[in-house]
Amino acid sequence: MYMIIVGGGKVGLQLAKDLLADGMHEVLIIEQDAEKVTEIGQDLPDVVMLGDGCEATVLEKAGCARANMLIAVTGDDEDNLVSCQVAKQRFNVPRTVARINNPKNEEIFRKLEVDITVSATSAIMAHIEQELPTHHLIPLMKLKGSGLEVVGLRIPDDSRVVGQPVRSIMLPYQSIIALVVGEDGQAKVPTGDTILHADDEVMAVTLHESEESLREALMAPPPARTF
Amino acid sequence: MTTQGGSTMKKVVIMGCGRVGAALAADLDAEGNQVLVLDTDPAAFRFLPEGFRGTTVVGNGIDLDVLRRLGIENMDVFVSATRGDNRNVMAAQIAKHIFGVPVVASRVFDPIREEMYRNMGLRTINPTRVQSRRLKKIIEAPDDDAANAIAAEFLAQDGA
Repeated sequence: MYMIIVGGGKVGLQLAKDLLADGMHEVLIIEQDAEKVTEIGQDLPDVVMLGDGCEATVLEKAGCARANMLIAVTGDDEDNLVSCQVAKQRFNVPRTVARINNPKNEEIFRKLEVDITVSATSAIMAHIEQELPTHHLIPLMKLKGSGLEVVGLRIPDDSRVVGQPVRSIMLPYQSIIALVVGEDGQAKVPTGDTILHADDEVMAVTLHESEESLREALMAPPPARTF
Repeated sequence: MTTQGGSTMKKVVIMGCGRVGAALAADLDAEGNQVLVLDTDPAAFRFLPEGFRGTTVVGNGIDLDVLRRLGIENMDVFVSATRGDNRNVMAAQIAKHIFGVPVVASRVFDPIREEMYRNMGLRTINPTRVQSRRLKKIIEAPDDDAANAIAAEFLAQDGA
C-alpha cells in the first residue's frame, strides 16, 4: 500500500519507520519545515518531501491520486482536518486518518468525512484500561458515523460463556462477535457452533452504549442459581 | 444585512479581527446588526472603529466550548476571516455542520482550497486572484495618473 504521512514530527517519523519495517508499504512523509526534512532524510532517505500537506499542488506532486491512505499527524488539528479533506475531495484517497490533538474535536472530524481519528488521550486511556483488572473491554476503534465501535476482550476463566457455543450467548442490541483468537493463536470468524474457551481473545462490534451489557454478556460469571 | 423598508437585524459572529474582519464588523454594526468579533489576540480589536457597539471576545473560533459560550446556535451568520485558511474552513464547518448556523462565509487565500470548500457547500471568497489581477492592471497602466484612476475605479466598484 502507498501511504502518505503528513507531518514529520515524532509521531510521523515513528509511524513511517514502523510502516517501512513491515516491508509491505511505500511511505512518503510530507513536512513543511526544511530543517526537519533534512533531519529525517539522514535517517530515512528518499521517503521525505518538503511541502505543505494541505496544499493540493503538493499532494499532487506526492502522487496522492494513487495513495491508498493519507495519515495526517501534525500538531494542529485544523491542518490535519484540511489535509484529509483535500485528499478525499481532490484525490479520492480511499482512507484518511487524522491525529486529534484536542479530544473535543473527535466529533467534528467524524462528521467531516475523516475515516479514522486517533487521539492520544483516547489511546492512553485504552492502555490504562488494559492495565486495570476490573475493566476488561478495550475500545480499539470507532467506526465512522454509525456510533459503533470495535472492542477487544479476553474471556475470563469464570465467565458464563466458557464452554458455550456462540449461539447461546445473549448479545446486546447491534453487537456481534467478529473474531475469536483461541489458544492456538489462529484467528477465526465464529459461527453459531463455535465454542468459547477461557482466555480466548475476542473482537466484537458494539454500540458505545452497549459496552457494559456486552461486558456482562461475555465476561460476567454465571448468574447464581436459586433452587 | 438591512433590507429596504423593514430592516432585519442579524446576529453575526466574525472570527478574526484583522483589517478585513474589523472593517466588516464596522459596516455590519453601522447597519444595525448585532455583531460579535472573536480573536485570539486582544490587541487585534484596535482595528475596530471608535463607537463600535458590538461585542469583542478573546478566544479561538475552532474551540467548541468558546463557540458554545458565545451562543453560536442562535447566530444567523458566521464569518471566518483569520490569516489561516485551515482555521477559517474548520471553524466555518463547525458553525455549519455542528451548530447549524444558516449563513457561513470564509475567506480562503489558496484558490484551490477556496474552490473545493465552495463545492462542499461553504460560502467562500478568494482574494488572491482578484488582487493579483488588479495589481497587474496597475503596473500595466501607461503612467502613474492612469494607474491611480484605475485604482479609484476598483474602489468605486467595491462601493467604498
